[in-house]
Amino acid sequence: MSFRLSYRADPGNPWFSWQYVRDNSDTILAAVREHASLTGRAVLIAVLIALPLSVLAYWVRPLAGPILAVSGVVYTIPSLALFAFIAPYLGTGTTTVLVGLVLYALLLIVRNVVAGLNQVPPEVREAAEGMGYGRWGRLFRIDLPLALPGIVTGVRLATVSTVALVTVGVLVGHGGLGQLIFAGFQNNLYKAEIMTAALLCVALAVVLDLLLILVARLVTPWSTRRAR
Amino acid sequence: MTVAANPIGQAITWINDPLNWTNPGGMLDRLGEHLTISALAVALGCLVAWPLGLWLGHLGRGGGLVVLVSNATLAIPTLALLTILPVVFASGFGKTPVVVALAVFAVPPLLANAYIGVRQVDPEARDAARGMGLSSAQLLRRVELPLAVPYLAAGFRTAAVQVIATAALASFVNGGGLGQIIRTGFGIGIAAGGGQIVAGGVLVAGLALLAEVVLGGVERLVTPKPLRRGRRRPGRPRAADATGSA
Repeated sequence: MSFRLSYRADPGNPWFSWQYVRDNSDTILAAVREHASLTGRAVLIAVLIALPLSVLAYWVRPLAGPILAVSGVVYTIPSLALFAFIAPYLGTGTTTVLVGLVLYALLLIVRNVVAGLNQVPPEVREAAEGMGYGRWGRLFRIDLPLALPGIVTGVRLATVSTVALVTVGVLVGHGGLGQLIFAGFQNNLYKAEIMTAALLCVALAVVLDLLLILVARLVTPWSTRRAR
Repeated sequence: MTVAANPIGQAITWINDPLNWTNPGGMLDRLGEHLTISALAVALGCLVAWPLGLWLGHLGRGGGLVVLVSNATLAIPTLALLTILPVVFASGFGKTPVVVALAVFAVPPLLANAYIGVRQVDPEARDAARGMGLSSAQLLRRVELPLAVPYLAAGFRTAAVQVIATAALASFVNGGGLGQIIRTGFGIGIAAGGGQIVAGGVLVAGLALLAEVVLGGVERLVTPKPLRRGRRRPGRPRAADATGSA
């Protein structure tokens, strides 16, 4: 995808320009769509990997330490370095960006899901065992529903930081709105383009976060009932 | 899609070439730039966030503000801030805008930990100090501040590691630093520069991990012994962890 830029010979270089937004609505929409799709795919894949991993850390106690330690170490590695490790093997493209994004989101989610699962009170666990729940039954009927607030927190954190992180992907292929930010920077600091893309990034993060809060309300009706 | 033949072998060759160390723009230059930018940014962040956080914690107000600031910066793309600030400082490129942009990312963990550090002080200790006739300012300086030091250290560690990690992105705006090595590699193309890309990645990641370990030791040193255990229980992330890396 190439991001064409229409540059009017406007006097000055304003921070906000409807002219720019109107002239480049196709490009901007394409960038937003790419940004949202990269974020969505990354978080979805991360959740699918993180849940089994967290359950493993929850069930097999000796594994919990190493899993959390490794995720802490990987989380310390700067995004640019991570992309630098992946790119020479996968080339520059969507795959490289996705792998990097998934890794970061994964770490945030695992940490929170493990915390959520560990918060299930031991009495509840014992009561469930006493009622004849097996390992899997307890997991799906008791542990995971009770850990939902922790899971949701993890997914929300991961989503918001992934939205911000997608922009870095511009170096190794696809950056969504980062593409516009970078193009604006190279195009003689075209402020309107940089600002529009940055604001859209923040707006996208806010919208996705609100969506997740809404989903959380729907799947955990008991938490709002208790708060009232 | 071009993929380098053996990036790791190339990276070892690249790192072993002495010219890549000492040349202008070589590893030593970039390391110096990286450390300078990061140190200035963290110092600036501390100057702003610590007094504010301690003061808000002392008043017991502004908890909502602290959370808001922490969450808002999580959503701001690093790249946007790094590109916007050179425009604000009409001076153009150079260190100042990069340092300010990085300082913005250092503020949330510093602020949140300073605030929590003062808030967690035992109310009985506070009452006892008041009973001994300490004024509000004395209470903050002699009781709350020393008791908050472990939290300040934890915040400092998070902020410093995060800034060192984010400083790699300064290369986007020609701000120098170790990220420049990676970017130059991408500039040459993956087939030719694969080794340099990996080498730069190793350097950036190594520096971040080293900072994490060293500052972790410092944090441990300033935490009184009885408080050391239990703070790092797995599955109980610190408040500062809520601010993502870049």
